[in-house]
Amino acid sequence: MRPFVLGAVAYDPKVVTIWDGFKLFFEERGLPFDYVLFHNYERQVEAHFAGMIDVAWNSPLAWVHTERAAPSRGRIARAVVMRDSDQDLTSVVVVRTEDPARVPADLAGRRLGVGAADSPQAAIIPQWSLAQAGLDLSRTTIVRHDVLLGKHGDHVGGERVAAQALLRGEVDAACMIDSNLLALHADGTLPAGSVRVLHTTAPYDHCNFTVLDGVDEATLARFNILLLGMSWDDPTVRRLMDLEGLKAWRVGRLSGYASLQAACTLLGV
Amino acid sequence: MKTLDLGPLSLARGGHLALRRALSSLADGESLRLSGAEPELLVHARGLARRWSCPFREAGADAILGPPTAARWAGAERAGHAGPQGAVDHPPAHWGLAARGAAVEAGSPAFHFALDQRDEVWSDDAGRLYLQAAAAQWDPATIVDWSLPVELPAEVEDAVVQVMTFLIENETAALVVPARFCAQVHPHFREVMQVLAIQAADEARHIEVFTRRALLRRPAPGLSTAGGQASLQTLVDEPDFAMASFLLSVLGEGSFLSLLRFLDQHAPDPITATICRLSATDEARHVAFGLSHLERHAAHDATLLDRLAAAVEARHGALQHTAGLNEEVFDALVLVAAGGWSPAELQRGWDAVVALQTEMHAGRQVRLRRLGFSEEEATRLSGLHTRNFM
Ligand SMILES: [Fe+2]
Ligand SMILES: [Fe+2]
Repeated sequence: MRPFVLGAVAYDPKVVTIWDGFKLFFEERGLPFDYVLFHNYERQVEAHFAGMIDVAWNSPLAWVHTERAAPSRGRIARAVVMRDSDQDLTSVVVVRTEDPARVPADLAGRRLGVGAADSPQAAIIPQWSLAQAGLDLSRTTIVRHDVLLGKHGDHVGGERVAAQALLRGEVDAACMIDSNLLALHADGTLPAGSVRVLHTTAPYDHCNFTVLDGVDEATLARFNILLLGMSWDDPTVRRLMDLEGLKAWRVGRLSGYASLQAACTLLGV
Repeated sequence: MKTLDLGPLSLARGGHLALRRALSSLADGESLRLSGAEPELLVHARGLARRWSCPFREAGADAILGPPTAARWAGAERAGHAGPQGAVDHPPAHWGLAARGAAVEAGSPAFHFALDQRDEVWSDDAGRLYLQAAAAQWDPATIVDWSLPVELPAEVEDAVVQVMTFLIENETAALVVPARFCAQVHPHFREVMQVLAIQAADEARHIEVFTRRALLRRPAPGLSTAGGQASLQTLVDEPDFAMASFLLSVLGEGSFLSLLRFLDQHAPDPITATICRLSATDEARHVAFGLSHLERHAAHDATLLDRLAAAVEARHGALQHTAGLNEEVFDALVLVAAGGWSPAELQRGWDAVVALQTEMHAGRQVRLRRLGFSEEEATRLSGLHTRNFM
């Protein structure tokens, strides 16, 4: 039986541990499985259309790119499964506590520190959300912190670098996921009381498993059932779920990508 | 609905503890209304809810949260009980390094500790012996005045140095053996692990003081013989804890107890006397632990005494073609006890060393009897013990 082949982007060495673990998990349950790692999401999306992989573990931007490219290629894309932790994220825009800015429009004429330019959570969605809330982006200087471009911000690096630039006064505001604000407080990057939240985006969704039409539906069904059946209470799979950062898999939904689609249109990415 | 008002406390500055405590008190289906004066309350609450997998929604300036859907501690099990009677017979490998009595999370990794049967290692005395040892640690730097003048006849000083050289390599074997087994004992048997660790630390001090004494008046230690090392090698190479403990602690350190007391009594200088006396007090504990866990082991395993006897015979067989206690050490002991070259002194030294060997033989028989050997068997096995003392 031909293995079901997954594509994932190698944003960290632990990615090998994760997918080796899943390979074992699937094969022990009778699903032949293999995976291919890509350096960047652009390459993965192309390989997906070329038929090299059956399912792609996609960043939200890679999902939007796949979904947009599909019609012109006569293809149909679906998001089948996602993590519980991929649902309802928000990003925040923080300023130094003493900064005079009170509303997004106050950042006009100033420097907005973002993570990697292709990071939905630390660059694309926050810029769009600030514009929606009244900021004139054409009058704002965008300062990019391109840590690992092509990985779509999967690495926290760009957000940390932007936060450090904020403390040093090199930018006037910095963007990050809500939970990374907690993490940067906890690891001491952002001392308590040093920053405050100027703006919070609406909730949005993050990664998903993407398939294209023509995928073997029986194998896909098996893949979905095995994932959705994983229980974090089962100690034999808990380590794997902890590594991948979830407590439960959820059926994929498309309702959480509207703001990213609008943001991509606005920013031309 | 339960409520939690954090007031000015931020979830990013310790408030998450209060939130987790409140969430853990929720029953299934119950929810918590979280409020507070801190402007980032909702941002942080949303991030934490996602991390902990709790239902979350906003309600004006407040957050409504549900209990975590995944329970990390479901399926955790207690690793026995904390107290001295709380050790189980066969602790599982996945209890690993956990404190005895701790709740061990399901899915913890397996550790491979070879000595994981209570009957193989346990002694009800272990906890008491460890505490006694911890209280009895002495400081080699201050326990004797190393600047005291030591002016012995040259040959007597040489003899002291030779005895110290012999002691050092024996103490080294006595350090390596418990250190190795210490790392193989399942940490569930905490007191046994602690006793073996502090025993190794005792030997480290013994090595230190004997080395200092050897080098006090001479630039280098004395002679190390092939026969002496061959005898010790059979101890270091013994893979079985019970056998090694029997050969080292009961027979070897038991004999050393007599030797160190002999040196305390006959030493030609106060430094040598003091360090031998202090080392002997430590050795007495080592012997006591060996005796107590082997006595318990023998009571639970009818084959143990036969296997111990076979170990003595095998070691005797392996060593019978070596020279036994080397002449250098024997003569050095005579000279140390004599303290001088007059015929009367030499004869006194000789008599003392012969008496020492008789005493060692008698002590070994008493200990063998305590383990349950018959009088006849005890006499025979003691006679087969290495002539190298340890
Ligand atoms: Fe010793
Ligand atoms: Fe000892």
